[in-house]
Amino acid sequence: MSRLVFSRKPARFAMARLAGAIMPGAGAHVGPLDLDADEPLPLPTPEWVRLRTRLAGICGSDLSMIDGTASAYFDPLVSYPFTPGHEVVADVVGSESARRVVLVPVLSCITRGISPMCPACEAGHINLCERIAYGHLEPGLQSGFCTDTGGGWAHEMVAHPSQLVDVPADLSDEAAVLIEPTACAVHAAARYTGKETVIIGAGTLGLLTLAAITATHTDRKAPIVVTARYAEQKRLAKELGADIVCTSDEMPRYVRSATKSLMIGDQLTCGAPHVIDCVGSSESLQQALRVVAPGGEVQVVGMPSNVSLELTSLWHRETAIRGCYAYDHADFHTAIDVIRHHDLARLVSATYALKDYTDAIAHAAAAGRRGAVKVAFDMRRND
Amino acid sequence: MPRPGFVLEVDRSTPSIMFWRGENFSLEKLPAGRSRVIYPPEPLDAIKDIDGAIRRALLNPHDQDPLPTQLFPGMKLTIAFDDVSLPLPKMQRPDTRQRVIEAVLDLAAEAGVDDVHLIAALGLHRRMHEYELRHALGDRIYDSFHPRGMLYQHDAEDPDNLAIIGTTDHGEVLEINKRAADSDLIVYVNINSVSMDGGWKSITTGLASYRCLSHHHNPETLENTRSLMGHRHQSALHTSVWRLGKVLKDNGPKIFQIETTLNTDMFPKPFDFLSKREWEWTGKDRATFLATTKSLNRTPIKLARKIFHNMEGPHQMTSVQAGDTDAVHKITLENVYKQQLVEVTGQTDILTMGIPYVCPYNPDGVMNPILVMCMGLGYLFNMYRNKPLVREGGVIIMTHPCYRDFNPVHHPSYIDFFEQVLADTTSPAEMSRKWEKQYAEDEWYKHLYRTGNAYHGVHPFYAWYWGAHGLQHAGKVIIVGGDPPTVRRLGFTPASTMDDAFEIASDVVGRNATITHLHAPALLVADVQ
Repeated sequence: MSRLVFSRKPARFAMARLAGAIMPGAGAHVGPLDLDADEPLPLPTPEWVRLRTRLAGICGSDLSMIDGTASAYFDPLVSYPFTPGHEVVADVVGSESARRVVLVPVLSCITRGISPMCPACEAGHINLCERIAYGHLEPGLQSGFCTDTGGGWAHEMVAHPSQLVDVPADLSDEAAVLIEPTACAVHAAARYTGKETVIIGAGTLGLLTLAAITATHTDRKAPIVVTARYAEQKRLAKELGADIVCTSDEMPRYVRSATKSLMIGDQLTCGAPHVIDCVGSSESLQQALRVVAPGGEVQVVGMPSNVSLELTSLWHRETAIRGCYAYDHADFHTAIDVIRHHDLARLVSATYALKDYTDAIAHAAAAGRRGAVKVAFDMRRND
Repeated sequence: MPRPGFVLEVDRSTPSIMFWRGENFSLEKLPAGRSRVIYPPEPLDAIKDIDGAIRRALLNPHDQDPLPTQLFPGMKLTIAFDDVSLPLPKMQRPDTRQRVIEAVLDLAAEAGVDDVHLIAALGLHRRMHEYELRHALGDRIYDSFHPRGMLYQHDAEDPDNLAIIGTTDHGEVLEINKRAADSDLIVYVNINSVSMDGGWKSITTGLASYRCLSHHHNPETLENTRSLMGHRHQSALHTSVWRLGKVLKDNGPKIFQIETTLNTDMFPKPFDFLSKREWEWTGKDRATFLATTKSLNRTPIKLARKIFHNMEGPHQMTSVQAGDTDAVHKITLENVYKQQLVEVTGQTDILTMGIPYVCPYNPDGVMNPILVMCMGLGYLFNMYRNKPLVREGGVIIMTHPCYRDFNPVHHPSYIDFFEQVLADTTSPAEMSRKWEKQYAEDEWYKHLYRTGNAYHGVHPFYAWYWGAHGLQHAGKVIIVGGDPPTVRRLGFTPASTMDDAFEIASDVVGRNATITHLHAPALLVADVQ
């Protein structure tokens, strides 16, 4: 039994940053991530339960942390040492009947024992919790970034009962491990306008957002344009219902054509009312601003870090950049429907044993290039 | 005395034959005993006194009064001229258009005509750049007319400057440039490089609106155009154009047509060896060929394009005739055929052709994949009279790198056409039905056509339709040396070498198929018996 632990070690963090800049995912070799023996965590309160992990996915936010590119914004929102992993499908230990669950990793008021709950949590919007680093838990915006809860990259972790969503029996573990990222996508897709939509990026989040839109809006009329870099991403985007799949270079021309727009310099005069940026880089956001319609919205679904943007068009065209973080519980149930609709288990491209974590992380960091989508750790095997 | 065209039967002693490959060349060994090469006639002797010949043509027109008697003070005179799409490569200065228009302007000045407009008859082609207008017309004309707004380019999308002349008995609406329509006299100045051009096609396409052009620039018409360069009765396109011409003649302004023909002296030294027959290459020619191909292999593609597009051809004038459109065009065709016609016996199983760096739609630009198709199946395939050189169901083999490369200024809609339309279909009829309207009415393409230097949004469709008969006729099309994904997007088969291409072709036409190579340069029309 083992776990991966991410510690606060500035020198190794700096080395990870350097290595990650040279080769994405290389931070796992030199950074502050280590394989340790799995020590049972104390339960924060008696109502918490232990989970025995089955599969745990590797997310883009995990990779940015490992390669030292995550924003300093997160510093006060994590507590060290912690075990990463927030895309988790697990069995509840000690449950009277066998119970397979996925984790809702957001650590909101209820999980932190805060009473009364903040208005956002009271309204069910746990992703907007106003007490995210308070209460009886150490800071941690989610399980997988909090020293008290552990994370999915271990054979065992702890969770509050409010964090558990039962996995229907017909779903495989591979399908279930996609429920959490799909819930993010469902949350993003809730702002779908029914009009021309652009999804920038066809990594896991981009594909799942596309899947969420096409599964929940089967009578679409306006085209969805998806940018994809790699052949497998293009194939999957087509399969999941994109009307136009193109490279990011080609995208403005397609959007221009689809929206009957003119152009002024690089800027479309019209454009798509809704642009979903699943990359979160300066380049992707800038391109989103170039193709979003006046009064439209750029939804940032991919986690950005420090970006540099020319915002004059945002001012002039009254466009909005809006973040899109996580989900609420209802999104998890919709996510299950989306996964069933598109049979998304096939997006889990590879699984690794924890001991092979450097290989797993390298694979995940190069997923697109290697024709993969989601890479996960498999704790069902005892190696 | 220039030698006529020639059909060479390839035997073991025949040297390798030169093929164009875009911005380079290759030498290909054709199988002995079953291959033949068609060489164009050598360039005809040029007119010695060109300016004198032009003046004589204006003073002694066919079936019309001399031009000076048709000019009078206070009249509206419009001089329309062929655009940058020909000749290829561009002509050494002074351009024929300059010579002819200067002669017309001299007569107009003598007659006291003040209201003279010069219009580039570009149809849906891109607007010419200033340097191209200056090249075609000369600085004197440009500087005299352009600053006063009296030299401009036809705009097929300007509703305020289009006028309907009438409708044919087939329901085809003739809508042309309003200034031309309102003129007392249109003088049309034509350069005739190929027999499909000139005649009524000059005004009814060059000064027409999209609506008017769409009557004959469509898949049905072009599939039924069974001889674009030959007899008019075999061409649905020309039949339609001549119907429109009749409407123009009956209801439109008076027209004074001036047509000129050129010889096939296309390339300046040291590239004049390109037009020679390979077995007659001198040691110097061989050395030049080797040096040229080796250097081009090492030259960045943009620079190679610049070198080729900067080249100016001698293009000597072989005839000039003026007057009534029908009468003039008849003589023009005789002169074109005198230069280009080569008698060929029988069709072939495989037709090979080298695709050059340029076609009528990319002067000073990129020969994009759609234009490769257009040049191969639209132009070179159609260089015949009576019947195609290749038999129905035969194989067409082209040589071209066929890069996925476009000039975004000249061909913006071509890029989308390649990515969007060709990804959906290569069928002219289907793309016409599903996509043409969207591209033709796209405001952005219209804007770029009207104010920039872009071909009209619908132009890639027309380029594709141009090859409609070739597409329908050929059993397979192979591009040797082409970028495989790009070639496949066109619906064709890539091959890395000519031998591979023959091997692939054998699936369609068998192992002992006959092969005919259309030698270029220069231009020729095979009169297939």
